[in-house]
Amino acid sequence: MSEQAKTEKLGQAAATAASEQVSRRAFARIAIGAAGVCYAAMLGYPIYRYLASPVEKATKEAAVKEILLKDAHKLAPGAGMIFKFGARPAWLIHHKDGSWIALDAVCTHLGCTVKYEEQNNRIFCECHGGIYDPITGKNIAGPPPRPLKQYRVQVTDSGVIVSRA
Amino acid sequence: MKTIAKQIYSWCDERIGISEIVELAKKKTVPEHKHTFWYYWGGISLLFFIIQAFTGALLLIYYRPGAEAYESVRQITYEIQFGWLIRSIHSWAANLMLLAVFVHMFSVYFMKAYRRPREIGWLSGLVLLSLSMIFGFSGYLLPMDELAFFATKVGLEIPAAPIDALGGLIAGIVGAIGIKAQWLSSIGTSIASLIRGGLEVNEYTVQRFFALHVVVLPAVFLAVLGLHLYLIQKHGNALPPAEEAKPPELRKSVPFFPNFFMRDLAMWLVALNVLILLAAMFPWELGQPADPLKPAPAGIHPEWYFMSSFQVLKALGKWFPGITGELLGIVIFTAGLVLWTLIPFYDNSSASGKRARRATWFGLFTLGILIVTTIWGYLALK
Repeated sequence: MSEQAKTEKLGQAAATAASEQVSRRAFARIAIGAAGVCYAAMLGYPIYRYLASPVEKATKEAAVKEILLKDAHKLAPGAGMIFKFGARPAWLIHHKDGSWIALDAVCTHLGCTVKYEEQNNRIFCECHGGIYDPITGKNIAGPPPRPLKQYRVQVTDSGVIVSRA
Repeated sequence: MKTIAKQIYSWCDERIGISEIVELAKKKTVPEHKHTFWYYWGGISLLFFIIQAFTGALLLIYYRPGAEAYESVRQITYEIQFGWLIRSIHSWAANLMLLAVFVHMFSVYFMKAYRRPREIGWLSGLVLLSLSMIFGFSGYLLPMDELAFFATKVGLEIPAAPIDALGGLIAGIVGAIGIKAQWLSSIGTSIASLIRGGLEVNEYTVQRFFALHVVVLPAVFLAVLGLHLYLIQKHGNALPPAEEAKPPELRKSVPFFPNFFMRDLAMWLVALNVLILLAAMFPWELGQPADPLKPAPAGIHPEWYFMSSFQVLKALGKWFPGITGELLGIVIFTAGLVLWTLIPFYDNSSASGKRARRATWFGLFTLGILIVTTIWGYLALK
């Protein structure tokens, strides 16, 4: 083998070694990075669950399908009462014509709690003046974009059962 | 992408001078010798402090001081997801931090790192140790369970009695020359009541210990820590006398960044793993709610970092009943503390790099006393 060929071969070997070293380094980087991400996730997960704990509890509470409002069947015609359905406030209204309705009490505009006004025959939101129809829950004036959500009502001898429609 | 990053960097650099800091970090070196291992312990203490600040903030999210204290800790421990783990990490890290601080202090002592010009580093370190112990003492009460209640009760009672005794002694002396100072004989009890916010440990005590633990102490601690860390940047790591005696060309050192920094991080990772394992495998318990009308539970004892002084006081009280033992206790503790604190000022013989054997013996003696009395304290419980 000539001197030149030898040098060439050595040069090639060095180049291979160099490229190998680079890829090894890249591999190490990725491996360490991945381990770091796993470690961070291991630390982050309990912290996330810790912070989210009340949310989990409230979500569970909010998941109720049906509640019994004891003695609510005695509600006078024309009157309304506010009650808690899951995590949210809701209105139970006994209309003068004898019909019943249960509506979500959270304004569809920006989330204030709405109030039933018997004398004006409307559901009104103080925050931005939204008005809903108490018979259907439909948004009739002001900024609310959607009607109030309606629940199913079942009047019994012992109270009123409200359930998700 | 790279040019944007560069632009952001130079924008920030021009305004806050990042490159000056980088330049400084490049020049920083750490001496390398057979005792280099002990240089990690300040950093480990710092890691535990950071963990305390972090987990403390997390606990603050659900903890309620005052009358509801126990109930809120019960919720954290049993109802909030992973609350037991966060609380356990906070308690374990508190203990490990004190352990790391003690190791750091003794390694600084034996390496004679308190010598000129590092006296203020030593003094600020001792202030940080005292603050850490007050952190531990005040935090211990916050769950307001039986152990917390009695530990705080006894912890405030212990220093009150000898201070009363000392005050009584002074009152007697000044009384002889016609000055009435009878109030001095109950000054310790009065201070304890002021700290408690009442004659007994109650919900006011929890409330004020809480204020101390999460507002006052962190503020003071951070200020002193800032000074402590600044001094390390200014003076660098101290060389032990044996290393100092070598000619400069035989001393070895490594760059702080990235070499020592990476090793520091590796040590932090080890410390963090030890902490997480301990916290997960030995969760910190919550006892029965504190009840002033219930007798103290059996085997009640202080945390290990108070065990030594607890045992010494107990023994002195037994050997020298009454006022003598209490006075002797306060004299011994004060003298020991003063000697320990002022070591940089009277340990002159090592200033020239010569080994100061007397200081070393004193350090070994102190360490020995601490270890022996702590073990003795635990044995005496049985």
